[in-house]
Amino acid sequence: MRYVAAKTAKEAAGLLAAEPGVTRVLAGGTDVLVQLKSGMVEPDLIVDIKTIPGLGEITAEDGGFRIGAAVANAVLGEHAGVVALWPGVVEGANLIGSTQVQGRCTMAGNLCNGSPAGDAVPGLVAANAVARIAGPEGTRDCPVAEIPAGPGKTTLKKGEIITSIYLPARPERASDAYLRFIPRTEMDIAVASAAVSLELNADGTVKAARVALGAVAPTVVVADAAARILVGTTLDGDTLASFAKACEAVCNPIDDKRGTIAFRTRTAGTLAKRAALIAHARAGGSK
Amino acid sequence: MKSIPVSTTINGDPYEFLCAPDETLLDVLRNRLSLTGAKEGCGTGDCGACSVTLNGRLVCSCLVLGAEAQGAEISTIEGMADGDELHPLQRHFIDHAALQCGICTPGILVAAKSLLEKNPAPTDEEVRYWLAGNLCRCTGYDKIIAAVQAAAAEMRGA
Amino acid sequence: MSLDEYTRREFKQVGTRVRRPDGVDKVTGRAMYGADATAPGMLTGRILRSPHAHARIRSIATSAAEALPGVKAVITSADLSVPEDEFIRDVQDNCMARGKALYDGHAVAAVAATDAATARAALKLIKVDYEPLPHVTDVDVAIRPGAPVVQEGRALENVPAGMSANVTSHSEFGHGTPAEGFARADKIIERSFRTAATHQGYIEPHACLASYAADGKADLWCCTQGQFFVRTLCSAIMGMEASQLRVTASEIGGGFGGKTTVFIEPVALALSRKAGRPVKIVMTRDEVFRATGPTVSTSMDIKIGMTSDGRITAGEAHLRYSGGAFPCGTVDMGGQAAFAAYDLEHVRTFGWNVLTNRPKEAAYRAPGAPQAIYAVESVIDELCQHFGLDPIDVRLKNAAKKGTKSSYGPTFPDIGLVATLEAAKKHPHYSAPLKDGQGRGISCGFWFNFGGNSCVSLNVNTDGTIGVTEGNPDIGGSRASISLMAAEELGIPYDRVRTIVADTSSLGYNDVTDGSRVTFAVGLATIKAARAAIRLMCERAAKIWGIDAEAVEWKDGAAVPAGPNAGKFPPMSLAEIAAVSFETGGPIAGHHEVNVDGAGVSFGVHIVDVEVDKETGATKVLRYTVFQDAGKAVHPSYVEGQMQGGAVQGIGWALNEEYIYGADGRLQNPGFLDYRVPVASDLPMIDTVILEIPNPGHPYGVRGVGETGIVPPLAALSNAVSRSAGIRLCELPMSPPRVLKALTGAG
Repeated sequence: MRYVAAKTAKEAAGLLAAEPGVTRVLAGGTDVLVQLKSGMVEPDLIVDIKTIPGLGEITAEDGGFRIGAAVANAVLGEHAGVVALWPGVVEGANLIGSTQVQGRCTMAGNLCNGSPAGDAVPGLVAANAVARIAGPEGTRDCPVAEIPAGPGKTTLKKGEIITSIYLPARPERASDAYLRFIPRTEMDIAVASAAVSLELNADGTVKAARVALGAVAPTVVVADAAARILVGTTLDGDTLASFAKACEAVCNPIDDKRGTIAFRTRTAGTLAKRAALIAHARAGGSK
Repeated sequence: MKSIPVSTTINGDPYEFLCAPDETLLDVLRNRLSLTGAKEGCGTGDCGACSVTLNGRLVCSCLVLGAEAQGAEISTIEGMADGDELHPLQRHFIDHAALQCGICTPGILVAAKSLLEKNPAPTDEEVRYWLAGNLCRCTGYDKIIAAVQAAAAEMRGA
Repeated sequence: MSLDEYTRREFKQVGTRVRRPDGVDKVTGRAMYGADATAPGMLTGRILRSPHAHARIRSIATSAAEALPGVKAVITSADLSVPEDEFIRDVQDNCMARGKALYDGHAVAAVAATDAATARAALKLIKVDYEPLPHVTDVDVAIRPGAPVVQEGRALENVPAGMSANVTSHSEFGHGTPAEGFARADKIIERSFRTAATHQGYIEPHACLASYAADGKADLWCCTQGQFFVRTLCSAIMGMEASQLRVTASEIGGGFGGKTTVFIEPVALALSRKAGRPVKIVMTRDEVFRATGPTVSTSMDIKIGMTSDGRITAGEAHLRYSGGAFPCGTVDMGGQAAFAAYDLEHVRTFGWNVLTNRPKEAAYRAPGAPQAIYAVESVIDELCQHFGLDPIDVRLKNAAKKGTKSSYGPTFPDIGLVATLEAAKKHPHYSAPLKDGQGRGISCGFWFNFGGNSCVSLNVNTDGTIGVTEGNPDIGGSRASISLMAAEELGIPYDRVRTIVADTSSLGYNDVTDGSRVTFAVGLATIKAARAAIRLMCERAAKIWGIDAEAVEWKDGAAVPAGPNAGKFPPMSLAEIAAVSFETGGPIAGHHEVNVDGAGVSFGVHIVDVEVDKETGATKVLRYTVFQDAGKAVHPSYVEGQMQGGAVQGIGWALNEEYIYGADGRLQNPGFLDYRVPVASDLPMIDTVILEIPNPGHPYGVRGVGETGIVPPLAALSNAVSRSAGIRLCELPMSPPRVLKALTGAG
């Protein structure tokens, strides 16, 4: 195995593209080192991207924020601007692992790990976040929602790395929230999760909604039909009940050691309902 | 595998070592530098017994490559006391019987010190969530929380 | 049971919260644990483990591994002889499979190499030809006729009809005629329960460093609860004389019973013998879960009858425990403990041990008791709910007390159950108001406690300080409590005493640190060793004064002339006597060797408040209080620590911890990510109330306190969940999917 601390994104992409063997990109390393320890992978090349200038930075851009791929989630959580604009995205990112893991793990890494249960991903998808990708053929932008391709898989091509994630600007009266279910209060992988992003009208009714569910399908699920139920309402009890049912309807989870199909499905609906209420309150809704 | 030369700073002292590319910082500390205070309870970031700080951030040293220590500032349990003067957290852990077997203690002390640097007056709940990644199987955490709070109060001059 | 040991006294130091002597080492990272030792020329050992739950091993090809540069030894079971003793053979076969792999993770071969990477590479070059066999991991399936037989030839002599050849033992305890009692009951409740296997979950993985020299002498360093027992097992497996194997216990990073046997130590010794160099083996966490420790998994039927005013008329339990792939006696302790808290006219328990393709059971804090008592305390609670009776009142009405013939035979001497229940009843927690949706549960718990072989040497140094040498690893402050008892008895300050844990060549045999025995039994031996030293010191003083030794008393750390000589000479302090000891006959020391009886049983009562989230099935623990009889709390902080730690392990067991096996018979969750021990944010403070009902069998009245605390939480939590959510679960853990399923009927 070789370890290379890359100096530029271009160098990183070139090294990864040229390596015929198994490669891993190292940002926070909180997934990669676990894979190494378990013997799950034996990479021939590890490219550290933390040493690339700019990748550890958060910059304001067009009313939104560009989050470097090597920004540790603890650092993200300390950024008042991002927290104010996208609290749901940040709370998802900040739920991953322990304080120790937070000091290292990144949103881009969580996305590239390809787990359907990644806590950072539903919030990003609900936010319509966009990943900037550097590859052998240059740079491209891609909606975060299009990156996951199944457990452990992404749509990134050989040699491509994510260099940053862009969180767009928000209008007034807009906010988001993320909730996950775990058996303990910390240190678990999400058994089901839900991110809800809302824009409200002046009267507190929902103008636009985007909902993403985690750990209930091979990739994060965008629950558009469910989101439409919220539009025009102030999240009254009946609306929330049918919203939860609609979320459950798009779940396609597995039975495993962490939860049953029935449990994941039902809990995803419950969490979506609760997250919608939090997002609504954060956006200045009446509740 | 070709070894990598690394220059780093640990507890304020300069260190140089060679490590394999896939060797963790924890293995380097324990096996190459005789700093065995950091413990391996799991090797996968689930127990916190190997906690150190890396450039001021609390991390699991089992989830850091030795090669990543190049140019970094690392603090370990061995650097916590000032000579023979224990850190208030260390003293209060003894006084409050906050350890039974003691295997998780170095990691918890490093983590608690990092908390109090960031938040000198945490609530019990904040202490519990900050330390959620540090497993202790002996104490039920009760006396650990009490010891951290007693040390925090002393450090605030309360 | 010797009941004449205890005499009432005023304590000067016992009962104070002194600093533990190993504290500084343990807060500075200096303490040496199992994995922290090195030796010149040391090799790294690693173990190859079966990926199959059950498979015949046709052959193991090791030549490619042996040929890898840097590999110094490869062993399989062929490198070990077959011990005649069945118990030793089971221990050895668990360390290295012979003929068949009996569970996922069972060791099949091991290598020693110059570094870890080479050892890992060598394991991949070992080719094992397995013939997979049908497997069984569920106790209820394994007991049925037609189930795959885990080990041929181990069945009970007369397996009852309807049971399989996996049944290896049967036990029966009790008295009276339950049928008569049930006939007098106003209500009988019968329920079936299941509990998952759980792991001790110590944070320190097993680790050892073995050095076997060409002259046949060996040294072994390891993290263990009992270096002497390690010597017994390893010397038998290695065919060595005990004197040739010196075992040194490292500091130990938790054990809870799981480090009372050997897993890697004989393997490291065999590798060292073959390689001619020291070999260190450190388990990974995955290996710890797959191949060490767990408790029994159980299936139990409980039947209890009660009158409408809360008198239990009869109790009966059928316990099916599986201790994994080897015969296991834990069910006997479950059967004895099940109804031990109650004074019953008619009681009977039946126990069976059943083989399954799971790791060999190792002791875990009150082994066998939490499961059976969970089931009994759940049914009693349900009867209380049925009649609308107060759960503490019902337990008081039926509580065992002095003179009760216990359900397992002996008649109880002074015991603390009634006092403990009364303390719980009058505690503010029990009467604190609950909010809607919250529930309060209580449960009693019991553990036998043990004494056992203990050997202490106490040396009086010429500067007036004391060295105590004992033989039990300090797993939670025992050096402090032993030093306190020595200081108390000698009448000198605590900080003049230093207690060390000896290796096996430096002291006579000591039983393992288990059965909550150390503070009780080693403490007793320490007190008596101190008394022996005091006798010597009185003789020396008498010699100096020219009077009879019988006319000298020991008081407040000094020899004083007594009787007709009283006041004739000024008292001579321990330091003064020690300073001139070379002139009065030589060094002064006391020692005591004993197989201690009279441990004194221990009872506890726990109260817990919970709130169940009815939409997710998650249970939040809101408030927790532990009441336990300690006899005499030598160091109250560490007594509280045992009560708190036991309670939290029990909370984990009740709510989330479990061994999960797939259809392939492989363990699905061998890591701290999915084997969910409680984390700090899961818990409230754990309040404690120590009761002190002196144990007649100890000079200071001490009872063991280590184990009882894990017994009550299982039922206390289940009873609280029942009152919060209105559902009675009969299976542990009460994980959210299981609770939600019970609440909604879905899933």
